[in-house]
Amino acid sequence: MTEIFDIPAEKPWSGIVKKGQTIRIEDTYGQQAIDTLFYRADDFGERYSSQDTLRTQGSAYITTGSKLVSNEGRVMMTVTADTSGRHDTSAGCCSCESNTVRFGHDTLYQHACRENFIMELSRHGMTKRDIAANINFFMNVPISANGAMTVDDGISAPCDHVEMVAEMDVLCVISNCPQINNPCNGFDPTPIRVTIEG
Amino acid sequence: MHIHRTPDQIAADRQRYEEHQRVGLEFAPSKLPTPTPRPAPEIAQDDIVARDLLPGGWYTTMRLSKGETLRVSPRGAGSAVALAAWSVADRSERMNLPDTVKLQWTTDLKKGRVIFSDMGRVMLSIVEDSAGAHDALTGGSTAQTVAAYGDPKLRNTRDNMVLAAAKLGLGRGDIPPLFNLFAPVRVQSEGQFEWREGMLTQGDWVALRAEMDLHIALSNCPHPLDPRGAQVPDAVELTLIKAVPVPPDDLCRTATAEAKRGFENNAKMEGQRHD
Repeated sequence: MTEIFDIPAEKPWSGIVKKGQTIRIEDTYGQQAIDTLFYRADDFGERYSSQDTLRTQGSAYITTGSKLVSNEGRVMMTVTADTSGRHDTSAGCCSCESNTVRFGHDTLYQHACRENFIMELSRHGMTKRDIAANINFFMNVPISANGAMTVDDGISAPCDHVEMVAEMDVLCVISNCPQINNPCNGFDPTPIRVTIEG
Repeated sequence: MHIHRTPDQIAADRQRYEEHQRVGLEFAPSKLPTPTPRPAPEIAQDDIVARDLLPGGWYTTMRLSKGETLRVSPRGAGSAVALAAWSVADRSERMNLPDTVKLQWTTDLKKGRVIFSDMGRVMLSIVEDSAGAHDALTGGSTAQTVAAYGDPKLRNTRDNMVLAAAKLGLGRGDIPPLFNLFAPVRVQSEGQFEWREGMLTQGDWVALRAEMDLHIALSNCPHPLDPRGAQVPDAVELTLIKAVPVPPDDLCRTATAEAKRGFENNAKMEGQRHD
């Protein structure tokens, strides 16, 4: 069985991926950051943990072979394909409030990933408290040995994608990032496609 | 649906971003002060609000009032002191390390830097720091990481944080990514993490100033990337120092445009609460 979900620019989405199924997240137009969270489907208190994931794999970016680890130390997803390169999980999602700090107080009233996450999580009985540190698929955030970190131009081309196989039943929650103040979306947010197979 | 933005809009936003980026990245390596000297100076008895000694392997919670400064001083080697923080006024506002590193264009959080909440406000300022060797990326020890050492009595930071959160009326989902003091983790060119023991020195200490009323949780366990992870570390001295007026040219409040805007957000919240 194959389910296809086309997610408009700037919008959230959520769906269940069952153990053994594969979820493909496609950056249809290229250079589009896709902020993504995972929760154990039958216990939302267990969720993706960026720090446990990075420490377990011993390196700072997500790519093919990365095992996405929960706050209980269990593997939730394994990344099985990645046509783009590497993906950030240290820089979090944008918010109205952090935008004021990054780009000036005049950016307060712009749509942001945190707004998307709050709305989508509310459909599942969760709140702002439940927004964990997320993965930013197709967001290019190199970290230097001296600690310097910056959101650089995205390196994904149209139709680049990642695939992950679920190691447990998970709820996947996505914000198709609406940010226009940095190059994570090429300053022009675009639609994406999610496919669940198996 | 895709409503294209115009080339002029895109060009204007790119120009603005690249100016922020240039200032943020140029600042990072050059403008912060040298580390605080060791040893830490004596504190006058009248200035001490509270003292605690956190044993190796254990955790504690503390309440910090705005303006108070917490000094963290490990007595020996091997302590990575993991920190989490929540706002007293609204515990759904909590330390947000992804925002903290992104907003300041660096994962190297040291003297002169600040720690942001998820609401774009400053929770803590790093006002003194002899080490400059802390970790915002890889979290603390867990039951799985200490199991490898074969000693069932070893405690771990993840369980400590669940216990600490519970005593604040919070659950495991409320535990944010942790800031590890005295954990010299750096990222190599291909992305691998590296433990740089040489960045730490006996007698290192850090002072954190609360910029809003906070609940904090601290855990004193070895960092999971520390080769000495199987040891139980020495105790860590915790000293809470009373608030003193913050001068207008305070380093942490003025060091970067981002910190200034964060403190403007703090002032806005305080203004609303006084109305």
